[in-house]
Amino acid sequence: MLEVSGLVKRFGGFTAVNNVSFRVDQGEILGLIGPNGSGKSTIFNMLSGTLAPTSGSILFGGAEIAGLAPHRIINSGIGRTFQIPRPFRRLTIFENVALAGFYGQGRHSRVKAEEAAERSLAMVGLPTDRHASVDGLGAAGLKKLELAKALATAPKLLLADESLGGLDEAEMGQAADMLRNIRDELGITIIWVEHIMGVLMRVVDRVMVLDHGEKISEGLPSAVAGDPRVIEVYLGTDAETTQAAAAEARRRAGGA
Amino acid sequence: MIGQGRLAAWGIGLAALVALPFLYRDPYHLHILVLILIWSFAYTSWSMMGRFGLVSLGHGGFMGIGAYVTALLWNHLGLSPWIGIPISMAAAGVLALIVGYPCFRFRITGHYFVLVTLALSGIVLQVITATRDYTGGSLGYTPNRASGNKLLALQFDDKTTWYLIALGVWLFGIVVWHWVDRSMARYALEAISEDEDAAAAAGVDVTAEKLKITLLSALMTALAGAIYCQYQMFITPDTVSGIAVSLQMVFAAIVGGLFVSLGPTFGAIITILLAETLRIGFGTKAVGWDNLVYGVLLVLFIIFLPKGILGSLLDRLKPQPKVPRAHEQEAVQIARPGA
Repeated sequence: MLEVSGLVKRFGGFTAVNNVSFRVDQGEILGLIGPNGSGKSTIFNMLSGTLAPTSGSILFGGAEIAGLAPHRIINSGIGRTFQIPRPFRRLTIFENVALAGFYGQGRHSRVKAEEAAERSLAMVGLPTDRHASVDGLGAAGLKKLELAKALATAPKLLLADESLGGLDEAEMGQAADMLRNIRDELGITIIWVEHIMGVLMRVVDRVMVLDHGEKISEGLPSAVAGDPRVIEVYLGTDAETTQAAAAEARRRAGGA
Repeated sequence: MIGQGRLAAWGIGLAALVALPFLYRDPYHLHILVLILIWSFAYTSWSMMGRFGLVSLGHGGFMGIGAYVTALLWNHLGLSPWIGIPISMAAAGVLALIVGYPCFRFRITGHYFVLVTLALSGIVLQVITATRDYTGGSLGYTPNRASGNKLLALQFDDKTTWYLIALGVWLFGIVVWHWVDRSMARYALEAISEDEDAAAAAGVDVTAEKLKITLLSALMTALAGAIYCQYQMFITPDTVSGIAVSLQMVFAAIVGGLFVSLGPTFGAIITILLAETLRIGFGTKAVGWDNLVYGVLLVLFIIFLPKGILGSLLDRLKPQPKVPRAHEQEAVQIARPGA
């Protein structure tokens, strides 16, 4: 459903994303991992239209979307969340989501937008009370709101810039389960960006690893976790820690 | 949603306002009321976009276009204001789009947007002054007295008629304010004012939404200028256009309250009573003092009462919102570093 080929993004002399190609199939959860600054968010920003690629092609459902304005891409069926939640604090929780339901679905009907808002809020487990203020939400709540906004735009493909840092172990597990539920129940294809590997490996079907803007590995979680290049990128080359980490990664990946 | 009680209050208030000129006929006081209503409409028009952080100092330009284009078409081409006013509004609208589109497309926001619009005000003022062969320049301009049908010329000698026209126009402004306030466009514009990228990620066409509200605001402001011209039958560049008029709009809207429908009206009452008091109390010795007082008050309000007088009063009357519990506030701090 998504086919990316030869994607490049340069900022002046710095190449943030260098010739990355990948595809995502209908109904799949693709994990996108890599250290800080490896180009994950830049790829996300190009997929969602926030940044225009320097070169390369992004085919979504057969149509070229590279360089389109963000609102067009959102309306063509791609939803996104931001790494750091960006709620609209002058609106209530419900209004935040209803806004996305209205403008993310071609501005057709306010009633439909409000229904979409109710469904999305229920899906992520936030109250559907119309007057609740965003200021009452904690870190986990804000991430749920971010997800509800993306879901309200009725995406076929969800770009989840999840970054679970700041959540505790239980909340991380919940967030991961929620993404899987979204795929299973709503049939939404997901690309999930994260730099904490463990949680991600339990949920995704395939993983793609980036480093310095290049794709260095791709495949099943168990295979990628054992890939020496991935281990090197994450942990350096010290043999003993490397092996321990590989074992740990395999254990986590297997124990889903 | 407006409740039954509020609707009843609006109904009674409006009935009283409509009945007023038939019961009380002091021409000076009616004149002040007409001015307050026309300026209230202008300030409301400004606040349509001002409330969403789109602070324009160019509205003097739109008002000037409304007034001068209508008067020029009447004097030179004999075109009735009934046609002239829509043309002047369209002219202001086109100008708003010409200035607005590049600003919004290339994300000129905040202070830079204010500066661009400030230039717009200055340019319109200069054009009116420079084309003095047509506009009378800084000496001012008077629409020709109608020889025939007064209604066709939109010229009335009777203050009661003008009061009712001004009341109608003012009410129209308030209705449009509420219409925007209850629309999805308000959600989009509030979102845009906070975070344009996040708004776009919710599917909002940021440029289009900003252009729409700017266009609406400019059209209404031009109408205010035209009505002012028809009522006063004398306009000068300084009374209907330029930076002073633009600043006065900002001042009145902020003092009255930017985020409530009657805030700009409240601001008009204060500014016009202040100007009249200074004029009567000190006469020619106090020329320009009102601007000095505006300036000082504006600084004080922005610092101490950013919601304006009416906005703050209404906040007091409303039940206090629940204060988030301490641990939730901590969580918000973590999730929003630097907040």
